[in-house]
Amino acid sequence: MNASYLAADSGDLAVKASGFFLENVWIIPAIMAVSFAVILGLGKRMPKGGSEVGIAAVGVCFLLALLTAGQWIGQVNAAEACTPETCEYVKYGVADDGEPGYVANKTVGHSDEDHGDEDHSDEDHGDEGAFPVDAGAGSAHGESAAGFGAFVDAEEGSTAAAAIAVVSERTWWSNGGIDFTVGTMVDGLTVTLLVVVTLVSMLVHVYSTDYVAGDRRFTHYFAFLSLFTAAMLFFVTSANVLQMIVGWELVGVCSFALIGHWWEEQPNSDAALKAFLTNRVGDMGLLIGMIILFFASNEKWGIIDINAAAILGEENGGTSHTLLLIASLCLLAAVMSKSGQFFLHTWLPDAMAGPTPVSALIHAATMVVAGVYLIARLYGVFFSGLSIGGSSINALAVIGAVTTLVGASLAFVQDDIKKVLAYSTISQLGYMTLALGVGAWTAAVFHLTTHALFKACLFLGAGSVSHAVHSFDMKKDMGGMRKFMPTTYKTFLIGSIALAGLPPLAGFWSKDEILAGTGGWGFFEGQSNANGAYTAMLVMGMITAGLTAAYMTRVMYLTFFGEFRGGHHGEEHADDHAHADDHVHAHDDHHGDPHESGPRILWPLRILAGLAVVAGLMNLPRGFLGLSSDITLRFEHFVEPLAATGYFPKIKHADPSWSLAIFATLVVAVAAGAAYWYYFIRVNAQSPEATEMVNGPTERSKLLKAGHTMLKNRYYLDHIYDGGEPVVASGAVAMGTIFGSAAGLTLGFSLDNGLDQPFWPSLIWGAVLGLTVFTIVATTLRTGVGIATFVKRPLAFAANWVHENIIDGAVDEVGKNSVKSANALYKYIDQGAIDGSVNAVGRGSQGAGGELRRWSTGQVQQYATVMFAGATLLAGLLIIVI
Amino acid sequence: MIAAFAPVVGAVVAQNVFFYMIATVMIVAALRVVTTNNMVHAALYLVVVLAGVAAQFLLLGAEFVGITQVLVYIGAVIVLFLFGIMLTRAKVGAEDGLNHENLVPAILTAVLLLLVMAYAVVDFAKVPGRNNALEIDVIGGRQPTTVEQVSDSIFSTYIVAFEAISVLLLAALIGAIVVARKE
Amino acid sequence: MYLSQFLLLSAILFCIGVYGVLARRNAVLVLMSIELILNAVNINLIAFGAFNGNAVTAEVFALFIIAVAAAEVGVGLALVLTIYRNSKSIDLHEVDLLKG
Repeated sequence: MNASYLAADSGDLAVKASGFFLENVWIIPAIMAVSFAVILGLGKRMPKGGSEVGIAAVGVCFLLALLTAGQWIGQVNAAEACTPETCEYVKYGVADDGEPGYVANKTVGHSDEDHGDEDHSDEDHGDEGAFPVDAGAGSAHGESAAGFGAFVDAEEGSTAAAAIAVVSERTWWSNGGIDFTVGTMVDGLTVTLLVVVTLVSMLVHVYSTDYVAGDRRFTHYFAFLSLFTAAMLFFVTSANVLQMIVGWELVGVCSFALIGHWWEEQPNSDAALKAFLTNRVGDMGLLIGMIILFFASNEKWGIIDINAAAILGEENGGTSHTLLLIASLCLLAAVMSKSGQFFLHTWLPDAMAGPTPVSALIHAATMVVAGVYLIARLYGVFFSGLSIGGSSINALAVIGAVTTLVGASLAFVQDDIKKVLAYSTISQLGYMTLALGVGAWTAAVFHLTTHALFKACLFLGAGSVSHAVHSFDMKKDMGGMRKFMPTTYKTFLIGSIALAGLPPLAGFWSKDEILAGTGGWGFFEGQSNANGAYTAMLVMGMITAGLTAAYMTRVMYLTFFGEFRGGHHGEEHADDHAHADDHVHAHDDHHGDPHESGPRILWPLRILAGLAVVAGLMNLPRGFLGLSSDITLRFEHFVEPLAATGYFPKIKHADPSWSLAIFATLVVAVAAGAAYWYYFIRVNAQSPEATEMVNGPTERSKLLKAGHTMLKNRYYLDHIYDGGEPVVASGAVAMGTIFGSAAGLTLGFSLDNGLDQPFWPSLIWGAVLGLTVFTIVATTLRTGVGIATFVKRPLAFAANWVHENIIDGAVDEVGKNSVKSANALYKYIDQGAIDGSVNAVGRGSQGAGGELRRWSTGQVQQYATVMFAGATLLAGLLIIVI
Repeated sequence: MIAAFAPVVGAVVAQNVFFYMIATVMIVAALRVVTTNNMVHAALYLVVVLAGVAAQFLLLGAEFVGITQVLVYIGAVIVLFLFGIMLTRAKVGAEDGLNHENLVPAILTAVLLLLVMAYAVVDFAKVPGRNNALEIDVIGGRQPTTVEQVSDSIFSTYIVAFEAISVLLLAALIGAIVVARKE
Repeated sequence: MYLSQFLLLSAILFCIGVYGVLARRNAVLVLMSIELILNAVNINLIAFGAFNGNAVTAEVFALFIIAVAAAEVGVGLALVLTIYRNSKSIDLHEVDLLKG
């Protein structure tokens, strides 16, 4: 066998998985696509406006997703119970036809005299269907399957294997040696996303039947919900990066359509456009990154191939490190735009202009995690490219950490409840990217799952509240809602606690896993067995945890406690999106007392809140309370691919740390307590109706006020991007320099891969680079208006001065002299000679005109005759004479 | 003297005889198209001309084009013409006023053009050694082109033109409908 | 058969067609004469193709010309119909809006 392209470590064991649902998972997106078509075509004529089709379809998809998940779990267990007699071990290598793919792992079992090697014909990568389980050759080799991971034990002679993702694909075009295939890839990650997406989508569908009832475009809304779900499912089941690009764009389009659902109001369509365009900026990075990966992995589009090539590295015939780094950075740009990382996050808060269920589905649970999913899928590329292992800083981690802080800080100053949740989403997405950046893969995916559940719960709760008061403004229209809406209050409370991360709710487990994964806690307990020592990220993550608790406490107070401040708007609604005229409420628009929402809104809330409570138990830390490993880390067991599969890098798993958990909980509790004291006690002491402290800290301290203003203006990013006041030139420069320095530092470390280099050269060129990139991005988004407003005033002044003093003066002089000469000219030349000849010409043309007029008869055929005659003469000339 | 014209006229063989017969009929019919006073007769004479053209195609071994000529021209275009005649209320029977009063410029131009072209042809044919004689036996010596050859050529070499033509036909279809709509 | 026979035939038909275009007053008859012209050109093409051994190219070209002619007749007759509707006559003498 060819020495190159073989996994360096031949001790890892993997087997291919199979199963009906796993191979036919394309049915799930197909059902949703059909539902889209049906609703679009026939929805208007259906009794419930097409929603019944949507709910039925997504319900079926949820069931199928559960079945697929069950099958995958079965496959993992079967792989674990493998012996050489029952399973055929494969690994990623070069097949006989020279194509890389999964080949029989001949190091397991020895090819010696007692069994002629049965023809384990080399399975090509694109093979469909289950491969036969036939008797292996010989007895198990004493391979120590000493991999990393939870269950492949380090004992000698273990033959437990890892299950490889099920890929089923078809080639639809082949050209010049490149095969374009379309297919699905199912493994633990896919299955997780399938379940999450279908579950949240189903609950959102049910919720929407009440929320947008009576809307002018009810059917259209449900059609696009179906299309979005189909696109998202298509995206997560993609087997190659081309499909991922298609799915990525498609969810962007659906997001555009759904944000701008009430496009009659200009702000809504503006927000939709902003979302789409900002995503577009990142999509450039997506395309470039994917193309680089394609060419770098020997012209393969498949995700498994790309990952394997990245993991093998240059010395084994795979991809070179520099290419991986560049590709990772390009893909990072795409993730920044789609998953709302700093500084391309500005579209997410504005996207709250869409209906609340849309925000819950798209901008909390599913679409924005597309970027996180991308990184998780192509983790081999990112892990190798950004040198995540063994380092203390890399671009992904930095961006994630900054995003968490930015999101959490901005959530403090919002008056609109949805915007708070939007910034909270940005912050939590930052957590996920942070986790991926420090090598805590399972923590990121687990946080993705739990976050989807409790964030959707929070969003739907906010929708329920707004449904009652017809507004999203916490300060003006809410307050004391817990009297009117007890169920919503309880579910919102559960969601908030889960978000803040208090045990034993879901957020605690996932967030703590992330914090432990940074490995920065090591100096307290020695080597923590994490992938690196990302202390800075740990600090930022910890601060954010505190901030999260604090702002959620603020939201709870402003919304559910105190006195009800709404109800004095009479007939006009201070809606962000005035859909009142389209709403046919079961109750009419009285504002005396808001009341609890109907069952179709409450049951999804209850379900999600319940899940938020128990979901954390899926991934209890290793050795928790002495429980056996059959109960702990279930999520990781089934979801995280092992390095033996060939497409996932060898990552380390940090040890869980009690001290860290306790410390983090303390931080959360202290921050929540501080907010509680500020709001519940001090503000409430002023008056139950107050929302702020009069003469509060921002009044008393200039520094705090300046900070507050900066937060209110959202770090002036929107000014730069949207062309607001030209006050921000210096701010942009400062921002660009800071960001660029950070990026440069990161880049320098990534490339040099060590801390022992002097950091100032990378700082300087990083600052310059960052400034350039930032300027380009900002200019792209602003289409040059910003620069123009910056320079046009001084330029206008200068131009005016030149015009008045220099040009006009010269013109005046010339004018005076020419008057004199003109007089002479007039008398002799003009009157005498010129006029005379002009008159003569006039007489001549009059005569000619009279003659020629007779020729233009308007008869087309006459014209044609003349034309033909002329052509004939010319032809004759050509032929006869020449 | 006939021998002097031999390069132009050609030997007396079956194809030639047929060629001259069909050619004569065509020319007479064409003249009648442009001189008759009865519009429907003009259309019918045009049918004769078109059929004659199809026959000439068959003589030249272009079978597919010949059949297509019959189908498209005689089958569709003539029908269109008849419809056009009907819809524009042409008189049944002879009507006068179908020609211009002053025909002299037209005749002059046409004759002039014919002279130029005839000169070119004869001049071309007279050059010794120029091989412009089709082997007499079309069927024996050269095979008529098959549909397969034509279709291979259309769909490989001339695929772009083919697509352009289809777009053109679509445009003509839409254009004709739009122009002729009753408002 | 000689090439020149076909070329002459084509030339004669062409000129008859030209005469028809220039001499006829009725728009439909003008269109018929244009058909004569196009067919003459077709004969020319096929003849050249057959005699130069490149018959397939010539035939393809001729097919395209047939298609174009059909399209042209369609649109042309639509125009004639519109003119007829507007001025109740398709006498080209009376369509002299370019006059002056």
